[in-house]
Formats: sequence, structure tokens, C-alpha cells
Amino acid sequence: MALTAIFFYLFSTLALASGAAVIVAKNPVHAVLFLILAFFNAAGLFILLNAEFLAMLLIIVYVGAVAVLFLFVVMMLDVDFAELRAGFIKNAPVGLLVGGVVLAELIALLGARVIAPTPASSVASPIPQGVTNTEALGQILYTKYIYFFQGAGLVLLVAMVGAIVLTLRHKEGVKRQSIAAQVARGPKTAVELVKVKPGQGL
Amino acid sequence: MEIGLGHYLTVAACLFTLGMFGIFLNRKNVIVILMSVELMLLAVNINFVAFSHFHADLVGQVFALFILTVAAAESAIGLAIIVVYFRNRGSIAVEDINMMKG
Repeated sequence: MALTAIFFYLFSTLALASGAAVIVAKNPVHAVLFLILAFFNAAGLFILLNAEFLAMLLIIVYVGAVAVLFLFVVMMLDVDFAELRAGFIKNAPVGLLVGGVVLAELIALLGARVIAPTPASSVASPIPQGVTNTEALGQILYTKYIYFFQGAGLVLLVAMVGAIVLTLRHKEGVKRQSIAAQVARGPKTAVELVKVKPGQGL
Repeated sequence: MEIGLGHYLTVAACLFTLGMFGIFLNRKNVIVILMSVELMLLAVNINFVAFSHFHADLVGQVFALFILTVAAAESAIGLAIIVVYFRNRGSIAVEDINMMKG
């Protein structure tokens, strides 16, 4: 138990510290790297909560895809980020005020309410004993929540199509492959038979 | 010392507040705003997984999975919009984006 507590405090402290570093970092590349660190520590917290599949998903999908996408965009755009930081100090009091109020509300809510132990009847899908977390998730994800799963796939498809449609651009003056023209090409259009008289050229 | 649900909820609340503070702090930089939104979604996910663990209910993890999906889609589309906007205007400052309205 003591080990769990040590790791909980380690992961949560690092996650909060790197979360703070994300928002105050001068260089956005550093901000993305701190975001990756925050995701890694959140994955550690997930492992402490016996959600190994989500922890791996967080590392593979978030660190492997989303954070790297952020990194690419930050490095690709030639933006003067120092200029974008103007007003950083000016906005801080308002942010501190709103953030402090929200944090105080959340803490007050947590402190004032005693979280009731769930009655077993209200549990929608109890965690099955003796199977791994991944297997348990798969058992309900592909049966009970199949429509939601398909919907999630649809959301990803729409996002993929949308991102491609948004960023694709056709440059003028670039020779492109025209598949229709290639397929329509036959012996009649491609081969020309010429009678060549001996001794002369064409 | 026993680590309970309250501990995880406190961490998530702090992370959520950090994300919101980040939006106020970096009002001009869309990329950092998107990163702050990611932080807030991460905090929500921690809440879901913590409740799932302490109430022995797997649905919280299923919902966290869907949140991850939607967050990935959101950041992909958001970054695509930023890239297109930068291509057209050469700037990603939030005030300039206000010019797009009607």
C-alpha cells in the first residue's frame, strides 16, 4: 500500500508540474514535450487504477499520434511565438481569479460531499474477476456498447476526411497522374503503324 | 496511507484548473489553447477512470475511451484548421481570426 501511495504522489506531482509547465513554457516545442510528460504520468495514474488498456492507449494514441501531430504543426508553422506571448502577464490576474474560483468550487464540492459507496444494483457493467483489463473491456465494448464503438469509428473517419479535405491543395502546373486517361489508352491511340521505305527515314 | 477516490479527484481538479488557466494565460496562441484543452480532457479522463475503479464499474473506462477518440479527432481537425489558416494569412494570432466573422 505504501508503494502505491508513493507512486500516486510521484505521478500526480509530475503530472501537475508538467501541466503547469505546458501553459507557462516560452517555447511551444517545450510545451508539447511537457504535454507528453503529463500524458505519461497520467498513464501511470491509470495503471495504479488497474486500467492498463487505457494507459497503453494514452501512450500509443496520445503520445504517439496526437502529441507528435502537435509537434509537427508547431515546428512547421513559422510563427513568432514571442509576439504571441504579449499580454501574458496582463491576462494572468483574470485567469488566476477564474481558475482560483473554479478550483475552490471543485475542492469545496469534494470536501463537502461524502462519496457514497455504490449499491451493487446500480453498477452497469461490473468489472469481471479473473480476466485482464483489456479482455474485460473487449467483452463489453464489442457487445453491449457496439453502437457507440461504431460511432467512435465514424467520428474518426469524419475527422480524417475533414483534415485531408481541409489541408489538401491542388497546385497549378504540376503534372499529375490521370488514371482515366491511362486506362482509356489502347492500341489504337498508343501505337501508330508507319510504312518506312527502305533507304529513307521517316 | 490509503489512496482513495478523493485523491484522484483532487489531482484531476487541479489539472482541469491548470488547463483553464492556460487558456486565459495564452489568449493569443491557438496551439497552446488546444494543448490546454487536451489537459482538461485528460483531467476528465482521470475522473472517469478513478470512478470506474472505485465503483468497480467498467463503463467509466469505456466512456474514457470514447473521450480519447473524440479528443484525438478534435485535435486533428483543430490543427488542420490552424495549418490552413496560417497558409492563408501567415499568422495564427487569435485576434486576427476574429476577422473571419460575418
